[in-house]
Formats: sequence, structure tokens, C-alpha cells
Amino acid sequence: MKKDIILAGVGGQGILSIAAIIGYAAIESGLYLKQAEVHGMSQRGGDVQSHLRLSSEPIASDLIPYGKADLIISVEPMESLRYLPYLSQTGWLVTNSKPFVNMTNYPNPDDIMKELQQIPNSIVLDAEEIATEAGSIKSANMVILGAASPFLDIAYDNIEKAIHAVFGKKGEDVVAINLVALQSGRNIAEQSIKRP
Amino acid sequence: MRTLLLLGDEAIAQAGIDAGMSGVYAYPGTPSTEITEYVRSSKEAHELGIVAKWCANEKTAAETALGMSYAGKRTMTCMKHVGLNVAADPFINSALTGTNGGLLFVVADDPSMHSSQNEQDSRFFGKFALLPILEPSNQQEAYDMVFEGFDLSERYKVPVMIRITTRLAHSRSGVVRKTSRKQNKLRLPESPLQFVLLPAVARKKYNTLLNTIGSFETEALSSPFNSFKDGHDKSMGIIACGLAYNYLMENYPDRNPPFPVLKICQYPAPAELFRDIHDHCESILVLEEGFPMIEELLKGLLASGKKIRGRLDGTIPRAGELNPTIVAEALGFPRQTITPIPSLVVPRPPSLCKGCPHIDSFLGLNEAIESYGKGRVFSDIGCYTLAALPPYESIYSCVDMGASITMAKGAADAGLKPAVAVIGDSTFTHSGITGLLDAVNDHSTITVIILDNATTAMTGGQPSAALNRIEAICKGVGVEENHIRVMKPLRKQHEYNTQILKEELEYDGVSVIIARRECIQTLNKRMREKFKDKTKS
Repeated sequence: MKKDIILAGVGGQGILSIAAIIGYAAIESGLYLKQAEVHGMSQRGGDVQSHLRLSSEPIASDLIPYGKADLIISVEPMESLRYLPYLSQTGWLVTNSKPFVNMTNYPNPDDIMKELQQIPNSIVLDAEEIATEAGSIKSANMVILGAASPFLDIAYDNIEKAIHAVFGKKGEDVVAINLVALQSGRNIAEQSIKRP
Repeated sequence: MRTLLLLGDEAIAQAGIDAGMSGVYAYPGTPSTEITEYVRSSKEAHELGIVAKWCANEKTAAETALGMSYAGKRTMTCMKHVGLNVAADPFINSALTGTNGGLLFVVADDPSMHSSQNEQDSRFFGKFALLPILEPSNQQEAYDMVFEGFDLSERYKVPVMIRITTRLAHSRSGVVRKTSRKQNKLRLPESPLQFVLLPAVARKKYNTLLNTIGSFETEALSSPFNSFKDGHDKSMGIIACGLAYNYLMENYPDRNPPFPVLKICQYPAPAELFRDIHDHCESILVLEEGFPMIEELLKGLLASGKKIRGRLDGTIPRAGELNPTIVAEALGFPRQTITPIPSLVVPRPPSLCKGCPHIDSFLGLNEAIESYGKGRVFSDIGCYTLAALPPYESIYSCVDMGASITMAKGAADAGLKPAVAVIGDSTFTHSGITGLLDAVNDHSTITVIILDNATTAMTGGQPSAALNRIEAICKGVGVEENHIRVMKPLRKQHEYNTQILKEELEYDGVSVIIARRECIQTLNKRMREKFKDKTKS
């Protein structure tokens, strides 16, 4: 088993908590892991990415080569497109559709959607809206993670376990909301996979 | 032994705790910050009584570490590459004094300048100081090399450099811990003159160091971190240093390249190490994260020998960090078919946070200085450097820690009036105070704006060295009391603040304006913690 994942977003959107949960679940599943993060200046509202690599064999590089990523998980639509050179020809792209606009020259969101529609294997969803239905807009990350979960090759139980471990300190309510958000995202992905 | 999932930085910190380190001293700087952060927040380190301190700058940190080594205990000092420039004096001279307790200089380079003003290869600094260097290729080696580094340091009584780069510093992987070692007992140096670099002593010490280089080389020859693996295809031999080794192996899923491979992670690397691969291969490819150090050595000044490929002949780009794709192309693998970035994707540069006090300071300064014209504001290293970009476009320099004040003074001496320096509170205490003293002594006509957000913000909110003491310092340095002004950068204070700035811009002498409001990030963090405590009780 080998999964190379690019996590993308804007500094402060919390892509590292997605990474932490996948990481925890991967370790639970007995996999090797390498995860390169961006710290420092870019965290001030700039574009940020994380290379997350999981494998049943030891991993060499901390960075994913171009054209080799199995999955792009993005919490922002334009940011998901920034990392297309990493995506393998058979890889999947899972992204939030809600733009994060902190600049004056942000492109027309309709044009971004048109670009996303051209990607053969993609799941685009309004994570904020689904998260709000699940109980808290803050769980948008977990909606995205849920939508990406069918492509991770990690038992769904282990992802749920990781949510318990990572959010446990914040109380049972927070865990419950995040679990619902995760499931909602997963349901959408499963429907999309069925009718391509 | 327990396996931990650690960043490269954290692996070094945990290893320090496990290897019997008694103290770590540093000034924050990406990508080195997390080493000291980790020790400071480690319960274990706290129970073991390990001292973990943020210092005024890298020089004071390195000297404090040297003092702890003098007293016989193991210690490390951590910095980013440009921090070693600041600590160069104690670094180079500690090679001559030597050490008593083990001493590590952990230096994190930032090739591709993700969060830095230049890219340096600190291996050159290590070579310059004639010291051993360890360059881990992965998180486990980073951990193991702290033990090895302390051993080397105590065996030869010299400081040892551990050199890492951004991708290892900030990448997480499993690390297996070793059995813990006890800290050293307090023990003074055997010779009372060991640390006295009077010329007569220093000459002897220098000779001792020169005579030890051979031993450092012998260590590198037998080091488990340097290894050679033969290959049947002798058309090319590959030398991979540090992290570059991973990028090489990434291109061979069975981890078995057909070419002979020499992995170098410990220096100084003597000629014997390269003899075999050089003599038996038709050409050599050198993969280094940083400058072409080994490549230059192998090539020689006249490049008259064997074909050596790397950064110097364009096989690999001269600037920037390596990655597996660059290495794949150097190895001659065909390019992957890739989907290009759609043209509508635009860069998203970092920006000042919503509610950041610097925004209000720069809006005030822009208005106050408008009538004088552009190009009069020198700045420094911190979040506020982002004010060079739209929509503010307020500052015209960012060179090194503290350079805002001294450059403004130089420009004022040349006749520029007003000449303004904008510097953060932490940068001011790092390297700004001495420059301010120069300006006071010369009655320079400069206006210094100290953006006091009560923290070291860019690196994640470490404590500021002179919290609530900025006015006292300025006064102590000799700035006239009625030209030390304090303002609160808030939208509603804009007119008042602009007026203060205008008044001081007109003043013929040194004036200091302290723009004081807490960083919005640390404020939010403090509020969240307060709320958490409240809900608990």
C-alpha cells in the first residue's frame, strides 16, 4: 500500500489538523508515514501545502515527485488547482468549493469551477454548508476529509478513532459533530463515485 | 524502545533530552524554532531540570551555551542559517577554545528561501571553522546524530555542527528512541588557560585544532553515516549528501540504483572517501542540498579531470532546494506527464493578519510621510516586512536583523531627511539597541518607529526579550525623554497617531516612537486559553 497526498489551503485554514488525523489513523493502521509541512511566513494568509506520504514500506523522500500524487485534498478551490502538477493521471482531487478571498485579484469563482469540472476524477463540495448542517461550520475540514476518505485505503474505523483522539480534549460534543461531518463528506463522495 | 512521530526539529530536541543535555539556548528563526519550543514544552525536560531559554540573539545564545560547556555540561544552541552569521564570532572562536561539556551548534538552512532573506549552506561555515559537521538525511539520523555529536564533541573537545535544511526540519516521521543518558556533573576545565584566547594561547590552540583535523577525517571515514554501495553500471557514480540521498532513493522503488552510490552525512570528508568511486566510474553526479561544496572540491579549480556533474554544470539548478523530480531529471529518467497549473491561478502571498496593529502603524506612517515622498523608510526582519507589498508599500529595505536603524543613520548622514527606521520590539532587542546608540552619539536625524506587539510574532509568538522595558532602554541609550513617544496603533487613533509621527519626522535629532499594541495572534491565543480555564473552573 502506498498513498501520496497533497494537502492544500490557505495559512490559518487548518490543513494541519486534517494531516494530524490521517497521520494518527495511518500509525494505528501500522503504516510508515512522512509529512512535510510549511511553517513560518506563509502561515500569514499565504498559500500552504503539506506533503503526506503513507506506505506499508519505508518511505524515502519527504516530498512527493511531480505527477505521482494519488490525491489532492484542498480546503480552498483555487489552491486545489495550484498543485495539479503533482497529481498522477489516475489521481483524485477532493476540494471545498467555497473560495477564500484575501486578495484583490482573486479569479472569477465560476472560472475556477469550470477548471475543476475538466479534471476527470474530482469531488467538489461546499464543505461550509455541509458542516453547518452537521452542527458547526468549524467542522468543514472533517467534511473534506470524509469526502477524501474512500481514497485513503485506511479503515474508516481508524479515521473515527483518530477523530476521538485528536478532538477528545475538546469534549464529546465536538467529537460527535466532527464524526457527523466526516460521515456527510463520505456519503457525498460515495454518491459521486457511483455516478461519474 | 518507543517510536515517536516527530518533526526533524523535534527529533533533535528529543535526542538532546535523551542524550543528557543540560541546556538549550536559541533565538527563534524558521526553520529552527521548533527545536527549542519542543524542549520548552516537554514535561520530561522540565522534570530533568533542562534549561531551555530564548535569548536576545543568536550570539548571546551561543555564548551562553559555550559557558555551560565550560562548566562541564552538555548543551546545544540552535539557529537558522542567518542566525549563524550573528553567532559567527563565538562559533569560530569556540573551535579554538574547544569545549569541556559536549557542545552542538544546530543550524537549520533554508534553501529556496521559504522564510528567509537568502540561502546559505552552513557546511561552508563548519569547514571555515575547521569543525566536524553532521548532516542527517532523515528524522532518525537527526535523532541519532545528537548522541554521536555529543560523543564527538566530548572525545575531541570541540564544538560539532549539526546541519539540517527546511524539508527535514519541518517534516514528520517515526523516530525510535535510544536509552537515556545522565547529564554531566559540574566540572571545570582541566587547564585554566583553555578558554583564554590571548595570542600566545590562541596560537597553540590553533595548532592543536589543525592537528586534530586528521582525526575528524578518520572519524568520517569510519562513520556509519557515510556509506558506499557498489553498483554494476560504472558509467556514473553518485555522491549524495544529507537529504539528497532520499531524493535519489525515491527514484528507485527497490532502493537499489544500478550505479555505485556514496552517501555523505559526516564531514570533513577526506579524499580517501571519494577515491574508489572517482577512480572506478566514468563520470560523477553530485547531489547536494545547498551549495556545490563537494562538487567544487572534486572538480578542482581547472576542472581538467573527470566529468563531474551537479549544480556547477547546470545538471541541477544552481539555486534552490532539491526535490525528487529535479534528481530524477539529473539521473536521466523521462519526465512524467504532468497537468500544468491553470493560468487563472494567481500567487497568494502572505499578508498581515486582520486586526494586526502593524496595519494601523503603516497607514499612519504613510499619511505622515506622504509630503516628503517615497523611499525614506528602512525596515527590518519580521511580519512588518510584509508592508513592502501592496496595499501598504511603506518600506524600502529589509536586510538583516537591526539594519533598519543603522541604514537610516547612514542615509541621514548622507543628507536624507527624514530618514525613518521601522523595527519590531524583538528585532530591536536582538540587534537594534547598539545601532540606536550610534545614532544618539552622533545626534543623527533619524526617526525610529518600534512596532511593539509584545512578542516575536513571525516565528509563532515567543516572548519578547524586553517586554515593557522599551522606553527605559531608549532612555538609557540616551534618547531625549520628550522624543520617546508612545502611541496605540488603532483605527480610531489614526489622526492622533499621524500627528505624533508628523511631529517627530520634523525633529532634528533621534526620536523614537513606540507603536504599542499586542499581536492579534497572541491576543487571540491568550483569550482562548483564558476561556478554556474559565470553562474548566
